[in-house]
Amino acid sequence: MPRRRLVTAVLLGLGSLAGSVLYRRRAARHRERVDLYAADGSLTSVTDGAPEAQRLLALARELIRQSR
Amino acid sequence: MLRAVDAAQALADLTEISSQIVQAAIVGENGAVLASTFGDDQRAERFVAGVERLLAEADAVRQAQGLPGLTQLEAATLEGSVFVVRDGDRPRLVAAVTRPEPTVGLVFYDLKHCLRSIEHAEPHVPRARADAPA
Repeated sequence: MPRRRLVTAVLLGLGSLAGSVLYRRRAARHRERVDLYAADGSLTSVTDGAPEAQRLLALARELIRQSR
Repeated sequence: MLRAVDAAQALADLTEISSQIVQAAIVGENGAVLASTFGDDQRAERFVAGVERLLAEADAVRQAQGLPGLTQLEAATLEGSVFVVRDGDRPRLVAAVTRPEPTVGLVFYDLKHCLRSIEHAEPHVPRARADAPA
């Protein structure tokens, strides 16, 4: 019986951990964006998924890789 | 009061105060590298060329959306962020790469402060004296 409880607890723990990792990854993916600030003080956010964001984010990733 | 310094000193001050910045470069007219944190010139020039491509692409997006002139940008990715700040009407900008999830407002503040602290090198034009013969 105690062994069964232990297995259940371990499985629950692993499940929570996997869920948390997946949630954080998904949330992080949504944070990928490009913010453009204009001379009049306005801000346009181009989020990942928009076609124009793909090229901008690819160029940014390249710069980050070069900086390592 | 802001102390006027040269580009290399401004960049050194920037990296000293901002622990979030991984690499940075100050770019002058025609893409000339005025100062950078990169060890060698080739890496700095490659980085600046990439920054110019990013700015050109961002300008194209801005134009397509009918927005006024681009003054600064942040491109946030999972591996880090790229910041670019233009120096008003002057042909100068500062670009920086930071660690992931930086404090955006603080980085922009530090980059603007860096640009403002660089002394404006006016081209030296000898003035003709009023009493000089024509």
